[in-house]
Amino acid sequence: MQRFIFKSKNKIALASGILIAIAFINHWTAGSVFVSDLALIIASIIGALPIALQAYQALRLKLVTIDALVTIAVLGAFAIRNFEESAIVTFLFLFGAYLEQRTLNKTRSAIKELVEMAPETAWKQMEDGEFLEVDVEDVDVGDVLLVKTGAKVPVDGTVLSGEGSINEASITGESLPVAKGKGSEVYAGTILDNGTLQIMADRVGEDTTFGRIIELVEEAQDSKSEAERFIDRFSKYYTPAVLVMGLLIWLISRDIELAITILVLGCPGALVIGVPVSNVAGIGNGARHGVLFKGSEVIGDFSRLDTMVFDKTGTLTAGTPSVAAEEYYGEGIKEALGYLASIERESDHPLAKAVLEAIGDVPLSPVENTEVVKGGGVVAVVDGRRVAVGSVSLMERENVKLSAQARADASRLEEEGHSLVLTAVDGELKIMMGVRDQIRPGVKEVLQRLKRLGVKNLVVLSGDNQGTVDVVSRELGLTEAHGNMLPEDKAEHIKSLIDQGRIVAFVGDGVNDSPSLALAQIGIAMGGGTDVAIETSDVVLMNSDFSRLPHALGLAKATARNMKQNIVIAVGVVMVLLASVLFSDWMNMSIGMLVHEGSILAVILNGMRLLGYRLRR
Amino acid sequence: MKTATIQLESLACPSCMQKIEAAVKSVDGVAADTVEVLFNSSKVKLGFNAEQVSIEEIENAIQKVGYEVKKSRVK
Repeated sequence: MQRFIFKSKNKIALASGILIAIAFINHWTAGSVFVSDLALIIASIIGALPIALQAYQALRLKLVTIDALVTIAVLGAFAIRNFEESAIVTFLFLFGAYLEQRTLNKTRSAIKELVEMAPETAWKQMEDGEFLEVDVEDVDVGDVLLVKTGAKVPVDGTVLSGEGSINEASITGESLPVAKGKGSEVYAGTILDNGTLQIMADRVGEDTTFGRIIELVEEAQDSKSEAERFIDRFSKYYTPAVLVMGLLIWLISRDIELAITILVLGCPGALVIGVPVSNVAGIGNGARHGVLFKGSEVIGDFSRLDTMVFDKTGTLTAGTPSVAAEEYYGEGIKEALGYLASIERESDHPLAKAVLEAIGDVPLSPVENTEVVKGGGVVAVVDGRRVAVGSVSLMERENVKLSAQARADASRLEEEGHSLVLTAVDGELKIMMGVRDQIRPGVKEVLQRLKRLGVKNLVVLSGDNQGTVDVVSRELGLTEAHGNMLPEDKAEHIKSLIDQGRIVAFVGDGVNDSPSLALAQIGIAMGGGTDVAIETSDVVLMNSDFSRLPHALGLAKATARNMKQNIVIAVGVVMVLLASVLFSDWMNMSIGMLVHEGSILAVILNGMRLLGYRLRR
Repeated sequence: MKTATIQLESLACPSCMQKIEAAVKSVDGVAADTVEVLFNSSKVKLGFNAEQVSIEEIENAIQKVGYEVKKSRVK
């Protein structure tokens, strides 16, 4: 019986709404007081039933809840034969609860979509070699699975055979398909757009990247900040306090009407629900865009950020050196380039790769008598000519004359952070190349947007030498750049920044940077990093996508603002209601309930705006 | 000691968290300090002594205060 009543709450709301409508139509047309009163009484009773039951169940657990307040208010209205108010209040309460559920589901939809992306079945190879569709929970590490076109990859694994392209949006937020072949890693929850793959299961269930993301997001959306815990504790005592207040007012004023109005007005609602709603919508938006926030506390800190620290120059640069400057001297450059390529082709030095890439296709010649000069370069005979490739000091050793122009070029390029590769043919300098790690495309814009979002200090702490760091810093307009730093130096530096009263975010991939990630108020892990980094950090950028940073920061700010708006709405409404019940005569129980439910819907709708948040460019 | 994750119908009112929490804690065999009601994901996580109480009894306690249990997982 009781479960039936709870289950039919929505139908009861509908029935009571219809009865109230009948009562009013009758009131304006036929005018029969008896019919109107009867309809309202029935509406009140069926409407109060689920509310009173909930109140009773809570009381048995020694809890005074909002249901108790409403039940007493309705009883009070009955006692003074104000059936109109009792009917409307119960109806609004039930109808409000229904709307709240609907709209709340909407704010949670982003995260729900994510959870629903979890794969459910897999085609598993059985002992007889055939593939059979099984529940994803029956897949163990080491199983061989078949993934067909259009299907979800069921587990994290390695491709054994086959080719295809996979949409990894559920993991990385990027919708561009990624090509996969033998040996590639595939992730649970991603979708095979075309092709067929056989994969070996490496991680299953909650251990997969997708499983961990879900767990993180689920924990994050319900993690509470200090302020929320306060509100929760507060509401525990607030509700009984309202009850006592209503009672006191009744005893003093002997005015039941006023006392029950206070009960309805005092219902806590928007205040308790406002912050979690903003939180879940903000985190949901982030999850859709490849940004994981680990809870509302993080969002608060992140939104007030003023200093962002990068863990190494490699986060800002491409990480692979390339030729950024070329100077030629005299005649016969084409031949010289051919000789240079011929020599570099045989070397496995990282600079050689960059040089070859820059030269491209040229006719090659056999190389003889190769002599490697340690820390200097290579000297060899190509096409019968003596070719030296290497640093300035190698040129001096080979007695190559450098013109004033060449010397000037060399010192300029070195200052700009280049490593130099000089090429001399038969003792004459022909080519000078400057090789350097280059700034990643887009990084400059990302940093500028961060600055516009209020990040005052951009800092890089790097293990590279100070010269390299300075060049990157100058080019990007960083505020601070420190080179030659060990992981413990970085942690120390972050500590000193915090001591200066700054709010610091540390961006890193966590390879031996965990202390810094943990130490900074906000640790931002690049998702491609280690498990430890994802555990210790507060924000995770999936797919190591640096360009998500401005969205992450903008979203955190919008979410923090949204929470504040909701608190203002909630507190403001209660104040206005209490003031108007004391100082005006238009306030009654029904209007109070309407405004109360309205304010709850207002905070939910306000939170919902975050789902569509996008950073303006 | 086993841990259970119980998925409920989606929770809408904040006071239901208190109710569910109190209801679950009142069941003998449930470790009171492990009970966690998650509002947004509408889940209850708890630890319990399987010899003292069954998962069905815990589900019942929740349904008695008016909330549908969708499914539960015990580990």
